[in-house]
Amino acid sequence: MQTRLHPTPAAEGLGSEFSGSLLRSALIQLRVIHALVLREVITRYGRHNIGFAWLFLEPMLFTCGIATLWTMAKMTHGSSLPIVAFALTGYSSILLWRNCSNRCVKAIEPNLCLMFHRNVTALDVLLGRVVLEVIGASVSLTVLSLVFISLGWMAPPSNILIALQGWVMLAWFALSLSLLIGALSERSELVDRVWHIFTYLLFPLSGAAFLVEWLPSAAQKALLWLPMFHGVEMLRSGFFGGLIHPHYDAGYFAVANLSLMFLGLAATRQIRQHVQPE
Amino acid sequence: MIVLRDVSKIYNTRLGPKTVLDRVNLTIRPGQKLGVLGCNGAGKSTLIRMMSGAEQPSSGKIHRGMSISWPLAFTGGFQGSLTGADNLRFICRVYGADYARALPFVESFSELGHYFREPFKTYSSGMRARLAFAVSMAVDFDCFLIDEIIAVGDARFTQKCHDELLVKRGDRSIILVSHQPSTIRSLCDTAVLLVGGRLLSFDSMDGAFEFYDRLMTGGASPL
Repeated sequence: MQTRLHPTPAAEGLGSEFSGSLLRSALIQLRVIHALVLREVITRYGRHNIGFAWLFLEPMLFTCGIATLWTMAKMTHGSSLPIVAFALTGYSSILLWRNCSNRCVKAIEPNLCLMFHRNVTALDVLLGRVVLEVIGASVSLTVLSLVFISLGWMAPPSNILIALQGWVMLAWFALSLSLLIGALSERSELVDRVWHIFTYLLFPLSGAAFLVEWLPSAAQKALLWLPMFHGVEMLRSGFFGGLIHPHYDAGYFAVANLSLMFLGLAATRQIRQHVQPE
Repeated sequence: MIVLRDVSKIYNTRLGPKTVLDRVNLTIRPGQKLGVLGCNGAGKSTLIRMMSGAEQPSSGKIHRGMSISWPLAFTGGFQGSLTGADNLRFICRVYGADYARALPFVESFSELGHYFREPFKTYSSGMRARLAFAVSMAVDFDCFLIDEIIAVGDARFTQKCHDELLVKRGDRSIILVSHQPSTIRSLCDTAVLLVGGRLLSFDSMDGAFEFYDRLMTGGASPL
């Protein structure tokens, strides 16, 4: 693996304090992703009116809209679950991986000019976008939870650690999926065309609008092959505790994420050979 | 030291693979000012992008023993929708340079006036050249890769480049690609010729220029 060189002699000295070039490469990569995230904030939201607050407001408004709709439609199917918390957990988790992957489709091309800088790679560009989306979705979930709890519309999570584990693993899933989709969309126009349709079709299959428990057991078995089910069920288990009977396997979810991430990283590495900076 | 060993680059085009660089060997010492002469399409920009690491060679090895700038060209390296100032801030972050310290130098050297706070895509080629040059000087590298941009400047800009590169940074290396022998003559101490993807070395600058002249008038066979 090629070492990323630090440009200034002063910084070079700083780098030698750390043993091993891996750590130094990691530091440079963090610096690059930081720069990309801040640049993305400016190009996407500008410095006008409320600017980058849209990063959180957009998912929050989306989630509120869905919560209202589901409340009116009585989407909990006669169960005693608090509908607001049900909508919040379900829609937030779908937003997380859908926004991340959608933002990574065709993300490399508009950033080709930045890849003139050796340290800015396709992986960094994708990571930058995922980081921003994960921050947006996480802040949205946290703020809305606090607001709804303080308004008395939902109870505080019964086990915050399980909820957190579910959320972090969903973010991991979002990252792995986004790398794969982002890299593949650079190779083939088809991915760009098909992916948005695919995410829409996946909506009913994401576990956002129902609990696995409500399904017949044959359907449960089939659907639990889809990794994101485990994340939503885990998140809801953390929020609702004994109110629901969750169906998830953290081990399976981790293995699925790991495999997906391996494919994503391999695909991203592949486009390195094909990248032609403008 | 920068060492290129048997570096080749093959692009896949619609008419099949096209070899742009063919087993190029080159060594650049610290402080060396190297000019790469070649006509349009000779592979000059490709060569400089391989050196910078912006693109990977199809085969061969590149050793970078010093910090190298990105290729200072009319396109690339800057985001069109960002202002000159925001581009500077981004580049400072990427290379770990101090933005507050770089800002006054870049603002005065680039002479962009209020355009410094306008989107980069509105800049003329002269303005782009001045900004790219100023930003790279502010970040500070051991070796500067310059792709034609000095050639568009007026006499004043050329003089300023000369001062920054040769007087204040005499110990740094430059790799300058151009199709104009005059630009290379004013800034470089060695010259090589890029013809049909092959790199030709000469004992003297004059030898390179003479061969290039004959090539341009059709008098010499490429190899």
